[in-house]
Amino acid sequence: MEYGPAPESASEANAFLDRFQRQFDHYINGAWHTPSEAGYFEVINPSDKQPLAQVAQGSEQDVDAAVKAAQKAQRDWVKIGGHARARFLYALARQIQKHARLFAVLEAMDNGKPIRETRDIDIPLVARHFYHHAGWAQVMDATLPDYEAIGVVGQIIPWNFPLLMLSWKIAPALAMGNTVVLKPAEYTPLTALLFAEICDFAGLPKGVVNIVTGDGRTGAALVQHEGVQKIAFTGSTEVGKIIRRAVAGSGKKLSLELGGKSPFIVFEDADLDSVVEGVVDAIWFNQGQVCCAGSRLLVQESVADKLYAKIRQRMEKLIVGNALDKCIDIGAVVDKVQIQTIDALVQQGIAEGNTVWQPSPACPANGFYYPPTLFTEVSPSSTIAQEEIFGPVLVAMSFRSHKGRCISQ
Amino acid sequence: MTATNLSAGKHPKDAPFERNPGASFDTSFLENIQVNRSAVNDVQPLSRAAYREEKEWQAAWLLKAITCIDLTTLAGDDTRGNVMRLCAKALDPVRHDLLAALGMEEAGITTGAVCVYHNLIPFAKEVIGNKGLPIAAVSTGFPAGKITLEDKIEEIEKSVAAGATEIDIVISRDLVLNAKWEELYHEVALCRKACGDAHLKTILATGEIPTYTQVAKASMVSMMAGSDFIKTSTGKESVNATLPVSLVMLRMIRAYHEMTGYKVGFKPAGGIQKAKQSLDWLILIKEELGNEWLTPHLFRFGASSLLGDIERQLEHFVTGSYSAAFRHPMG
Repeated sequence: MEYGPAPESASEANAFLDRFQRQFDHYINGAWHTPSEAGYFEVINPSDKQPLAQVAQGSEQDVDAAVKAAQKAQRDWVKIGGHARARFLYALARQIQKHARLFAVLEAMDNGKPIRETRDIDIPLVARHFYHHAGWAQVMDATLPDYEAIGVVGQIIPWNFPLLMLSWKIAPALAMGNTVVLKPAEYTPLTALLFAEICDFAGLPKGVVNIVTGDGRTGAALVQHEGVQKIAFTGSTEVGKIIRRAVAGSGKKLSLELGGKSPFIVFEDADLDSVVEGVVDAIWFNQGQVCCAGSRLLVQESVADKLYAKIRQRMEKLIVGNALDKCIDIGAVVDKVQIQTIDALVQQGIAEGNTVWQPSPACPANGFYYPPTLFTEVSPSSTIAQEEIFGPVLVAMSFRSHKGRCISQ
Repeated sequence: MTATNLSAGKHPKDAPFERNPGASFDTSFLENIQVNRSAVNDVQPLSRAAYREEKEWQAAWLLKAITCIDLTTLAGDDTRGNVMRLCAKALDPVRHDLLAALGMEEAGITTGAVCVYHNLIPFAKEVIGNKGLPIAAVSTGFPAGKITLEDKIEEIEKSVAAGATEIDIVISRDLVLNAKWEELYHEVALCRKACGDAHLKTILATGEIPTYTQVAKASMVSMMAGSDFIKTSTGKESVNATLPVSLVMLRMIRAYHEMTGYKVGFKPAGGIQKAKQSLDWLILIKEELGNEWLTPHLFRFGASSLLGDIERQLEHFVTGSYSAAFRHPMG
């Protein structure tokens, strides 16, 4: 008995893209804003490498227009008070729930992550974040009487959880009376653009949410803009450092959420079958493109081989394939560039003498797929034990015992 | 799916692999069994049961499910009449127009077995005759198991003599609760001996076993004692088959297979009433144990109303509309 294909329909998402003739402008001051000079760039579906839409490349002038719109809107946004802001946030949450299926399909097409994950995790969480922060807005006057809004917040978000990261950034900022200029990642701007339309549906005042699309140059213009009082960034450690330097001395507030290399520690008395499922969630959820992925497996020597065998057995059953197929476990990696980064680190891991293993089923050839990969008996000094890979690659090593608070290898 | 793998011999003796002979009682089989309850409960929603087969694939999986049903009636008001109707349905479980539309008329689809109380075996035999469908009898003081071991053995021997080819026993839960594993081993091993050629399905009654670790150990002891199947529930406890408890038992079946090379079957029972649920279990089996366990020799549902719902789903696949349950013959 084999699994049949269980494709989720893309028709509603395609209808949304077609309604815009597959070309998107910036969303500034409650209206679609033609890019001033830099034109458009292409966004593709990593599951099949087909183009999805052309999206505006934001220039300094575009960012400036967006920040000015946000500044203009902010005074009234504070003045209407927490209770009124809560009503808008509740409306946004309801609109997201109303369009949940469209968001889930579009996110899966844009990012390559499985529809089961966008449908069951990303989008429900997005709605909950808006509900949660609507609650904070509602009680702000009573609970946070000495706090006040910062002003305009410039927000730069990554491609691994596009709409979820948008909600983490936008919902709390709006709740507390700030207005925002948000730049989604250039690989995955589509759900943010759908969200812009949702803001219209919810009747959000003009200029409270502005979305400027583009690559790192657009982000740099936003970071350097003098009208921005705070920068919030989630993304790579490398870019985070650049932003930290750019913001230093400017008086802007800054929050950074960067990379990681989290350990997953297994002692000999653990339920190893359950450990395997935990490992699958830790490193193969979202193709391993998670900043808090459990990417380093530390396992007590006495059960290491047994656990590795169980993990390999489980890996043989992981199905890699098109994000819209409900039967797959692992979708596509976001872009060719990311495939190259992952593969370069894997090749370096092999060159440094670590043992690599991949399951036998081949990945589909028509998209950006990377097979689940396991390195065992990795030495803690090797590159792959230290650098974040940000892909479906698990790096395993053993330890002898735990004395006091530390594990001794 | 080919017609052959559906119509292959259902009788236990036709199994294409060697029967689990059991092993001598060995506490090393029980060492290191630790089941993390919250981890097991957490596995379910996303990674497993969320698969959902569609269209002709779903129809194929549902036909597979029918071949794995132990069509059961275990009620105080069972009569000769309803047992005979049940057996007729087991031999001919899907409406012929539906089978024709699915191109499966010649596949010889039947349920996996029928399952009845001991005193109703003769009526089942009257209908089934020599048609090869296994008759399972519940035994050993079902469902509570509160009779003496001698009585349990005698009950099994009587059922086998009456023509049961499969015996569903219940274990003494008090032995599990008091960690008397060796005593449990002897009880099940004696039942196995009394079964002779009949296959032994051992019911753990997991709804009355408080921890997953105890469920896992009871599973392992039952397999060591020579069970051909381990089964979740009698259907009479307040909590019957659940997916997490099934996962715990399936992992033990896999571990036993890895340690001894013998394959033991699995039977969830109680509360499995909907076609959708049957897919959850089939997929769980495929994921945990692989395709080779997706056969009536190694997997059964203990169910009574499930067949009717599957038939409704098949009708929906064929005609595009649902009918009321009462439009289908009893099952």
